[in-house]
Amino acid sequence: MKFGILINEGPFTHQASDTAYKFVVAALEKGHEVPRVFFYYDGVYNANKLSAPQADDRNVVKRWSDLAADKGVDLVVCIAAGLRRGIVEDNLMDGFRISGLGQLTEAAIGTDRLMMFGD
Amino acid sequence: MTEYNFETEGVKKTITYLNRKAPYGTIYALEVLESVLISAAFEQHANIVFVDDGVFQIKKDQDTADLDMKCFLPTYGIIEMEKEDADEDEDMDMNWRIIVEKESMEARGLTTDDFKIEVEVLSSAELADVLDTSDAVIGG
Repeated sequence: MKFGILINEGPFTHQASDTAYKFVVAALEKGHEVPRVFFYYDGVYNANKLSAPQADDRNVVKRWSDLAADKGVDLVVCIAAGLRRGIVEDNLMDGFRISGLGQLTEAAIGTDRLMMFGD
Repeated sequence: MTEYNFETEGVKKTITYLNRKAPYGTIYALEVLESVLISAAFEQHANIVFVDDGVFQIKKDQDTADLDMKCFLPTYGIIEMEKEDADEDEDMDMNWRIIVEKESMEARGLTTDDFKIEVEVLSSAELADVLDTSDAVIGG
């Protein structure tokens, strides 16, 4: 099955990004496809390369970035939500790209299931 | 960085936009609205649904001056226009519904006269069917 992922919350404050990550890893392991993860609302903070959690904690931003490098998952940050919150090319983590909300609509149209993570 | 290209040409889906939050206090209402507006370009079927405190998003006569926030109530009028355009254009295969959940509306002492735009009122059970028959749900 082909899954699109929508992440609505930022890292650390909320578990949404952690749960989504675990879901994506599990889905890929089972042989499903996850062509795109779309970061919206405060979810755009998951792409902030200035995030520096303590060494004994999980690194949410780097974990997504590594997943993009290893599995070729397309990580898209909403440009409008990102601009509002100061997520721009200058502080964008490797593996993410900034694009428009049309990329979310596309994921809703082009996948079998769109999974939304947030409140 | 991998850019994935979806094949969306000729694909017709029903996307439900689920508005659950009050218009101000959190940003969800505004950002769901932005995603609805963008989606119009894709000519998909859409349900724009208001439940829980989300029903306040389309209440008439909002004044945000004291909040120091932009009032985006007029923007819902664009959604209404998109819906009307789609309804009137026979060549366009795009069905949009603007739905308010009856229970949420009544619990807040509202009637359809209180809304800025024309809506369809559905019971919770009827709304469950709408969600069940949607291909994707985008919410906030």
